[in-house]
Amino acid sequence: MFGIIVELFSFPFVVKALIVGGLVSLCAALLGVSLVLKRYSMIGDGLSHVGFGTLGLAAALGIASPLKISVPLVLLAAFGLLRLSESGKIKGDAAIALVSSGSLAIGSIIVESKGLNADLTGYMFGTILAVGGEDLYISSGIAIAVAAAYIFFYNRIFAVTFDEDFSKATGVNVKLYNTVLAALTALVVVVGMRVMGALLISGLIIFPALTAMRVFKNFKSVVVCSAVVSIVCFFSGIILSYVRERATGLRTPAGASVVVANLAVFLAFTAAGIARRKLKGRKRR
Amino acid sequence: MSVLTCENLCVRYDAGLIIKDLSFSLEKGDYLCVTGENGSGKSTLMKSLLGLLKPQSGKIALNGIDRREMGYLPQQSSSVRDFPANVYEVVLSGCLNRLKTPFYTKRDKERAREAMRLTKTEKIEKRPFGELSGGQVKRVLLARALCASEKFLALDEPAAGLDSAGEAEMYGLIGEQNRERGVTVVMISHDVKTAARYANKILCLGGAGASFKTAEEYGKNAEV
Repeated sequence: MFGIIVELFSFPFVVKALIVGGLVSLCAALLGVSLVLKRYSMIGDGLSHVGFGTLGLAAALGIASPLKISVPLVLLAAFGLLRLSESGKIKGDAAIALVSSGSLAIGSIIVESKGLNADLTGYMFGTILAVGGEDLYISSGIAIAVAAAYIFFYNRIFAVTFDEDFSKATGVNVKLYNTVLAALTALVVVVGMRVMGALLISGLIIFPALTAMRVFKNFKSVVVCSAVVSIVCFFSGIILSYVRERATGLRTPAGASVVVANLAVFLAFTAAGIARRKLKGRKRR
Repeated sequence: MSVLTCENLCVRYDAGLIIKDLSFSLEKGDYLCVTGENGSGKSTLMKSLLGLLKPQSGKIALNGIDRREMGYLPQQSSSVRDFPANVYEVVLSGCLNRLKTPFYTKRDKERAREAMRLTKTEKIEKRPFGELSGGQVKRVLLARALCASEKFLALDEPAAGLDSAGEAEMYGLIGEQNRERGVTVVMISHDVKTAARYANKILCLGGAGASFKTAEEYGKNAEV
């Protein structure tokens, strides 16, 4: 097995995908904690569908680096979704479902009518081959910027996530922070979507945060734990998918394997959380 | 010297004008108890004072305190019940208005410790916020408010949902801040009789219009 892993790392495209994927996993986990707690989880999901539409558009226009189209359009969608949920005219979750299916539909019509069938699966479920040339630098740059912004604003993000009214009373521009959060999420979705797939990227955002919350009960530990869980699951998912494919010859998609790894760890942490609560209860008695 | 002056304040909430033409002023070190029926605009008034709601007309003037220097204790923390945060993290977040760099300074952390000592929450420092009892939650939120300000506290029903011992303790803690540290307090309370023991001014909101009295006047009226 060790030989297979060494072989995996000898492919330059795999190394590129691992760099981008690792960075995206970190960012997704950090943002995921706030998104889950603010009940914004579905925004990530909605944005990934918009991302799918923009990938289709980029392919139809024949643009080599689709990030140049996807980044501005998904950012725009993020601001739109946030306003829609805040205005309360259409309920937040309904607004997201609306935008999701709308852009998925438009995206698939564009892709199909241009006869780009082969790419469709790649867009939806991701491909490790997706990170090429220029994309590596744009993606890494975005991911590092997101992680830096998160650390820089950590204390304010905590306060705004915990209690919007109190933060507002102490002079924090809560609206601005919500907008920044949505923008950072949009960037992570766009960058991560290529490797993970439009339909699976939201798993990367939601799973690690929920996993960490099963066991940890303070904010800092939850943030650190979800970052670690996310990165570990990403690498083990990629490695296991390659090992399985080499050993059995069965096709094993990388993005799906990463999500399955996240699911397994989530279940393990849930069990650990229950066991700990039971033990504590016994101690008290 | 008045620290807070409301002049002909009108605030709209949802569809209607809930506060009409309200005027009053507070001196430094005053303890104002705001009372009135449900829906009479108590919380709306407090949110306007804090700058969370924009008044329709009239004005709120502050003197000697910055709007950001108001320690707010909301009635219901808008956070979800199982929010992963421990007591120390919540209290420290009260220092948010002092945050100049990305991180809290040593002084901020000392301030949080002091606030926990004053509110007797230092022993539960590491406990998850979601697992606290009602009384503990209120004391932790008071500690957070104390971190935010040493001049002005805005407390929305700080004793709601507490048993009589918890209530007495809570009022005691607030009274101490008012008397010993000269903190100006605006407190919303249903329970006027108890609150009037500590407050020196009472503002009664309600259908017949608002009445603003000193606690002495209020006491005389109550006897009649």
